[in-house]
Amino acid sequence: MMLDVQGLRTGYGRIPILNGVSFTVKVGEFIGILGHNGMGKTTLLKALMGYLPATGGLVRFDGDDVTAAEPYQRARLGLGYVPQGREIFSGLTVYDNLRMGCTKQAGSERDTIAEVLEEFPRLKPLLDRSGGALSGGEQQLLALARCLCGKPRLVLLDEPTEGIQPSIIDEIVEILLQQRNKSGLTMILVEQNLDFIAALSKRILIIQKGTITREVRPDDLGDPSLVGEFIGITT
Amino acid sequence: MDLIALLAIQVLYAIASLALISVGLAIIFGMMRVINLAHGEFLMLGGYAAIVATSHGISIWIAMLVVAPIVVGIIGVIVEMTIIRFLYGRMVDTMLATWGLSLFLVGLTTAIFGNTTVGISAPLGSFQIGAYRTSGYTLFVIGVAVVVLAGIFAVLRWTRLGLIARGTMQNANMAAALGVNPPRVYAVTFGIGAALSGLAGAVLAPVSGVFPTIGVAYVAKSFITVIGGGAAILSGTVSASALFGTINQIATFATTPVFGEVALLATAIVLIRLLPQGITGRFFRRGL
Repeated sequence: MMLDVQGLRTGYGRIPILNGVSFTVKVGEFIGILGHNGMGKTTLLKALMGYLPATGGLVRFDGDDVTAAEPYQRARLGLGYVPQGREIFSGLTVYDNLRMGCTKQAGSERDTIAEVLEEFPRLKPLLDRSGGALSGGEQQLLALARCLCGKPRLVLLDEPTEGIQPSIIDEIVEILLQQRNKSGLTMILVEQNLDFIAALSKRILIIQKGTITREVRPDDLGDPSLVGEFIGITT
Repeated sequence: MDLIALLAIQVLYAIASLALISVGLAIIFGMMRVINLAHGEFLMLGGYAAIVATSHGISIWIAMLVVAPIVVGIIGVIVEMTIIRFLYGRMVDTMLATWGLSLFLVGLTTAIFGNTTVGISAPLGSFQIGAYRTSGYTLFVIGVAVVVLAGIFAVLRWTRLGLIARGTMQNANMAAALGVNPPRVYAVTFGIGAALSGLAGAVLAPVSGVFPTIGVAYVAKSFITVIGGGAAILSGTVSASALFGTINQIATFATTPVFGEVALLATAIVLIRLLPQGITGRFFRRGL
């Protein structure tokens, strides 16, 4: 089991957001998480990454109990995080952003970056540009590439299609599928874009009021009544 | 011609000493937004470390360039881990805590060394420029400043440590998601800032002597330089030191040292009025 979450509770200060989330992710699995705004999707990823302290429950990552671990410790164990809003180091060049992604490894950053860039041809001409000068889509690719430079085993991906042009969304889908086939990457994806989540996930968890209420399959997202009831998005 | 050469050396010396006393503070402020009011005392401790080491028979060069930065750097790491660490993001609390630390260090050194000025004589004698003589030590101070600034540039620009420091400074949470431990980066950075302050205090000790309250003489000038320079650590320190040092020294040359200080402060006030974000808030924005 890559990730085992049991009864996870967390919140901001005294306001609870997650009220006992439980799910498991197998090695190589791509899991989608859907839900209304404010139901706790981003909070769940932040809690899994260790930014929010767990007030209850258990998180095991590849056998290790990481419930109380700091974000940097989880990162070093092999968790990768592509946050909402991308969080590019805007004052660093694209290349230095990628170098930041390599910092937890002892090996040669040059080789790692060259290997990752093979999957991201669009970034190659931009390496000397400062991160803040990139378009939203390019920044999203950079955030993903930076994460992959750390050779993560499990990637947490928060709304990667938000405000991104469709051609880059297709590129992201392709890159992620390739990573799964090539290196057995495991992924948890939080998303509002139904096509994107259906293209990537094998199982989709529905989150409502801070708990997982239901699991659906990608095909079910074609059913408008179900989508309307559990997700609150009409397409 | 000789007079111009002499004046040029004096101006360079004023710039170099401003840059030296400010750069440790600039690193600590630029990286962590911590206003370290004990900065002057770090300089003072560097001076004492060098003097104590030389009085125990250590060569003055090793005392100034090795012992002082190591001693004050260790003190800096201890201060970060016992005081500053708990106050990140609380600027007023940090100012109060470091002010308290400053008073404590002044009291402690007064108790140990007494309230008198101790000095070491400057090595390197003097040399002749036409009809004038000037101290060789002046050139040494300029050289140290150049080496320190070049060293900071090289570390920030080319090393993994510098990259991690710049990344963490911009976005500590994201750096943590990539496996960087921000508290450790802060402790190391604070230690390096303190070590550079110790080095500066030691290198200037032969010029100014050392006494427990000498920090007060340094701290105002270094804060003015850091604030005048703005957010960028290196280009800020260099540009503000160049501006203030030149004006201070030329005014001193034309009139008296007192008026030189007045001219420096007046320039600082005008500068902050025109460029509230400091020089690098407007110019050299992409500098380090």
